[in-house]
Amino acid sequence: MHAADLGGSQGFGPIDPEVNEPLFHAPWERRVLGFTVAMGPTGAWTGDQSRHARETLPLEFYWSANYYDIWLTALTNLLRDRGMVTGRDLAAKQVVDPPVPPKRVFAAEDVAAALAKGWPYVRKVDRAARFSIGDRVKTGKPNPNGHTRLPYYAADKSGVITAIHGAHVYPDSNGMGQGEDPQWLYSVRFTAEELFGSTAKDSVTLDLFEPYLLEQA
Amino acid sequence: MSHDHDDHHHDHDHSELSPIALRVKALESLLVEKGYVDPAAIDAIIETYETKIGPRNGAAVVARAWVDPDFAEWLKRDATEAIASLGFGGRQGEHMVALFNTPKVHNLVVCTLCSCYPWPVLGLPPVWYKSPPYRSRAVMEPRVVLEEFGVSIPDDVAVQVWDSTAEIRYLVIPQRPEGSADLNESELAALVSRDAMIGTGIVELGDHARG
Repeated sequence: MHAADLGGSQGFGPIDPEVNEPLFHAPWERRVLGFTVAMGPTGAWTGDQSRHARETLPLEFYWSANYYDIWLTALTNLLRDRGMVTGRDLAAKQVVDPPVPPKRVFAAEDVAAALAKGWPYVRKVDRAARFSIGDRVKTGKPNPNGHTRLPYYAADKSGVITAIHGAHVYPDSNGMGQGEDPQWLYSVRFTAEELFGSTAKDSVTLDLFEPYLLEQA
Repeated sequence: MSHDHDDHHHDHDHSELSPIALRVKALESLLVEKGYVDPAAIDAIIETYETKIGPRNGAAVVARAWVDPDFAEWLKRDATEAIASLGFGGRQGEHMVALFNTPKVHNLVVCTLCSCYPWPVLGLPPVWYKSPPYRSRAVMEPRVVLEEFGVSIPDDVAVQVWDSTAEIRYLVIPQRPEGSADLNESELAALVSRDAMIGTGIVELGDHARG
């Protein structure tokens, strides 16, 4: 279970929203946003690998850090893992080792159109969805080592399919650099009673990939 | 979560930069010098999220849904297309779903695993949305969380929480407030707070809700 898998954890205290919160709290935050987004189209890693780099940061850091520091630290790790930026570069604060040429560079003139188009995750697959709306399903257990989008609080629980979203890029594969391996994606609704023993008639709906789901006997 | 208030100086003011600002500056220089990023692209990305994209976009979607039943139906059927018809879409909103609050259902959106948020309609998420207290508690005790935002949900109204675990992004369409029949579309949009579109707020006439 990664530090980022927070649903249902206790002890984090009140939410403490900031009134009239500014978009950024320091100028460096906007630079981190800018270059993190700009690095995406280089193709050096997938969005899912980027998430995996954040969720695998040390727990005590992840739980207390400024979120843009989480981005910065994970980005630095991604770059170092690929030799794109080295420890010597970082120590010297200037280029020591040669660059690893990226597949492409995000050009300023392409920014508006690319951000407006986005990076859709829907893919065509040549097999039918295994489940239908209204089916009762049970979740399996998340892989504790790799990348997954099945949170621990929703593991080994019974729910009902409420929507089918087509086949999407499978984060468990794409996040480990093992290809897109598209899988059918469903919205699955769980009662608050099933998840947390609540007596309210509330529910939580998650978007879950077919490999996470088993037929409910 | 505490905020960094130690770094309100200008980027070019080297002597005043905090340790993290220095780290950021050093990494950005390396990325530029190694030819990985175009500095003008970084500026264009920042400008997009500072000036073009924010919760006013989502408020325009909500107001249109309130005044135009055909648009509301379109939102229910295909939110991505309906929202695109108003000129909003793209990164972190490629696959949109609109959640309509009703007298019997209140919707609340969270991302327990990271910080998934519908950027094209709400902009960048606030700090609390990305922080452990909200992410841990919204799924487990949504009514207590809502009380902390000043929202009381009666027992006979179901709270439906949506955990954004894949690339589907959710926009809550709050209920149109009582007594707003005389307001036009732009006056209605001005009532709609960011929090109301996450589900941590509701829309009221004369609403001074945060966000």
